[in-house]
Amino acid sequence: MLFYCFKRLLGMVPVFFGVTLLSFFIIQLAPGKPTDRLTDLNPRITPEARARLEQYYGLDKPIIIQYVAWLSRVVRFDFGTSFSSDARPVLEKIWDRSVPVLDRRLMVTFLINVISFVLIMIVAVPVGVLAAYRPHSWIDRITSVVVFVGFAAPKFWIALLLMMLFSVTLGWFPISGIKSLHYASLSETAQYLDRLRHLALPVFVSACGGIAGISRYLRASMLETLSSDFIVTARAKGLPESTVVFRHALRNALLPIITLLGLSVPGFVAGSVIFETIFGIPGMGQLSYQAIMMRDYPVIMGLLCITALLTMIGNLIADVCYAYSDPRIRMR
Amino acid sequence: MFFNIAPSALILLIIALCCGAQATENAPHNSAYGDAFVIGVIGEPSVLIPMLATDSASHDIASLIYSGLIKYDTDLRIIGDLAESWDISPDGLTIIFHLRKDVVWEDGTPFTADDVLYGFKTITDPSTPTAYAEEYKQVQSAEVLDAHTFRVTYRQPYAPALTSWGNMTVLPRHLLEGSSIQKSPLVRKAVGTGPFRLKEWVPGEKLTLVASPSYFDGRPYLDAYICRFIPDPATQFLELQAGTIDCMSLTPLQYSRQTNSSYFLQHFQKFTYPTFSYTYLAFNFLHPWFQDKRVRQAIAHAINRREIVDGVLLGLGEVATSPYVPHTWPYNPNVPEYVYDPQRAIQLLDEAGWHLRDNDGVRIRDGKRFEFTILTNMGNTLRLNTATIIQWRLAQVGIKVNIRVIEWSTLINEFIDKKRFEALLLGWSIGVDPDQYDIWHSSKTGTKELNFISYANTDVDRLLEAGRRTFDMAERKRIYGEFQKIIAEDVPYIFLYVPYALPIVHRRFQNIQPAPIGITYNIHRWYVPREMQRYRLIP
Repeated sequence: MLFYCFKRLLGMVPVFFGVTLLSFFIIQLAPGKPTDRLTDLNPRITPEARARLEQYYGLDKPIIIQYVAWLSRVVRFDFGTSFSSDARPVLEKIWDRSVPVLDRRLMVTFLINVISFVLIMIVAVPVGVLAAYRPHSWIDRITSVVVFVGFAAPKFWIALLLMMLFSVTLGWFPISGIKSLHYASLSETAQYLDRLRHLALPVFVSACGGIAGISRYLRASMLETLSSDFIVTARAKGLPESTVVFRHALRNALLPIITLLGLSVPGFVAGSVIFETIFGIPGMGQLSYQAIMMRDYPVIMGLLCITALLTMIGNLIADVCYAYSDPRIRMR
Repeated sequence: MFFNIAPSALILLIIALCCGAQATENAPHNSAYGDAFVIGVIGEPSVLIPMLATDSASHDIASLIYSGLIKYDTDLRIIGDLAESWDISPDGLTIIFHLRKDVVWEDGTPFTADDVLYGFKTITDPSTPTAYAEEYKQVQSAEVLDAHTFRVTYRQPYAPALTSWGNMTVLPRHLLEGSSIQKSPLVRKAVGTGPFRLKEWVPGEKLTLVASPSYFDGRPYLDAYICRFIPDPATQFLELQAGTIDCMSLTPLQYSRQTNSSYFLQHFQKFTYPTFSYTYLAFNFLHPWFQDKRVRQAIAHAINRREIVDGVLLGLGEVATSPYVPHTWPYNPNVPEYVYDPQRAIQLLDEAGWHLRDNDGVRIRDGKRFEFTILTNMGNTLRLNTATIIQWRLAQVGIKVNIRVIEWSTLINEFIDKKRFEALLLGWSIGVDPDQYDIWHSSKTGTKELNFISYANTDVDRLLEAGRRTFDMAERKRIYGEFQKIIAEDVPYIFLYVPYALPIVHRRFQNIQPAPIGITYNIHRWYVPREMQRYRLIP
């Protein structure tokens, strides 16, 4: 098993560099340059000043030279400084050591996704199992309708409706941000509570698509498993129903779900763009949206590297889990 | 009321507050001090040094921290800020600024002419990545005469010169000297001489400014100015509704339809004033059809601009007739106007040789149908709606219009820079100075230059050159008035509308005095009566 993991980790290295090479060239294809925000339609800029700015950011060199320069920095864990006018190091933007861990962008996005992932599992698995165990019953029908509505409704729209109900009318949860204005004056316990209150709506919104998807997949996969021969055998030999469903059927039915989760890691980051913008959450999604809009190449590349790494690790974990839950795979 | 406080009482009060003492609580006069102003903004500032900033979010915050040598009064005339007065030599080549002697940086260091010279040297230094250096290239020499006197000499008279000595070139030399400006901690931890000081900046979340007790015009009444970054406009509006922000910019729809409930009327006050910008329809003069003045005039007559203001802005804007904002001093109201007159438009098109022949309703000349495309940028529904109304109106006089919405960078790089367009629907933000040399002068038609429609008129060129060579306001008013007449006759652009800024502010803030320049110019004089105060600042 360890050898397998090691082999896979080694295999990631060329993939990672392939990803960076492709991304570096592809982002240059988008029209516009990082200096445009300084120079576009600016009456006070001359061609010399424009050339000087491009030279300052190293944009006057051929792309391949820019890539080599970028790569030689990255192997030393230096992602460069942002092209935006704050000129902060990319790593500091993503993981700012001067603020509490919970406030760092990568942590904020990571935390929301982890909590919403747990929520998805807690809700989707029972719903899926229940729906498959009694197909076409009223409980199956109701969950189908709710789940499909949740899946089909646009996230930003659900977010706004929830804000209107829970924040403006009822006043239970804050509308946006991750901390209240009076956060600093709160006791430590109250500070954690304050954070949790801010996370409630975003976590719910980011989970609701996942709950819908996973519970439907699980229902289908569970239905298939429940009708297979070994379940009939299990029942015939007189095992209690709960053992049949949870130990024999569910473990088999979860296999395709594991693959699905491994593949959805990049989707988490992409989905963050939407709800982080609506809820004003200072996370990776918001940062990547701003960076793309401003053609801030170093930040875009930094974020792409992290997303690529997360995706590869997600796939690796999925494969390990797969092997763990299915002995047949372990043998190979 | 606090207006009656004697100056000495005011000073005592400031000292008491500096010490953090609450002993003054019983004094009746200090009821106006305290509370925080919480504003919701879409964009986050990126840098707090004015010369490095390119976005309005950064400039908005930096202008509360940094003062300039000059500023504008409520009627947009130049008045002194850090400069008490100035002398302009009769030949218009030399300006001598006399600086205030009572100004200190927030760390207590006195502000002197050396700080201005340092700012000037930094902005003209080729290694400073700034977009504003060009104006200072006209300067021949800049010298410190004594600690509070600063002299600049220009190569030739340059009227916008005075306006360039705002907060762009005032930097704390004692904190910056010897280091590169972009690497300085001041980029994110500003130190200025203005009414507010930076207390805290949490990226992606909020920025807190606190009142500066050493501000030369008196400590602001408000304790704090808190800027919350809320990127989604709908979320921002909900925050306003929940009472968690005190101020935001409304859209015309929110202003006229969504903020009239008794809740809003009771808790908020709304303001309108024209923004320094206008939206226009521009023609490409390299296109043969649009070189004919009659065609441009016909299109101007075929568009009902009042209808656009009423339909798109819900009446919350003004019809634009020239490249200046109505009611400002350079604006000339007596220019030929193009009232909505489709009959006149049809007549002009017929004169220009565009006739209706077939039954499809599109005019034809030399076998070519009068069909063109308006390009506009993505993400601005007001412009898209305007284009749609224009499309409908022009169809009525036999011109077929297509609309194409293009992402901003692509529009600039692929279409405008390469002059691959027939007509553009865009907007200009304009400065307070009337100089518009870069937009209209015939020498400014190169790639990346702003006369991208390739407009050329020798009279306009002459007036634009004369306008920047004299400091005499009456003379400039005459020159730019003449310039507006020619532009109106020539119709290189069809000026459509000047939108209003629509801020909404919580009612507890008193002493807001709307003026052509906006509402926040006197924010250090806003106050909240003690019993209405909502926030208390923790030191």
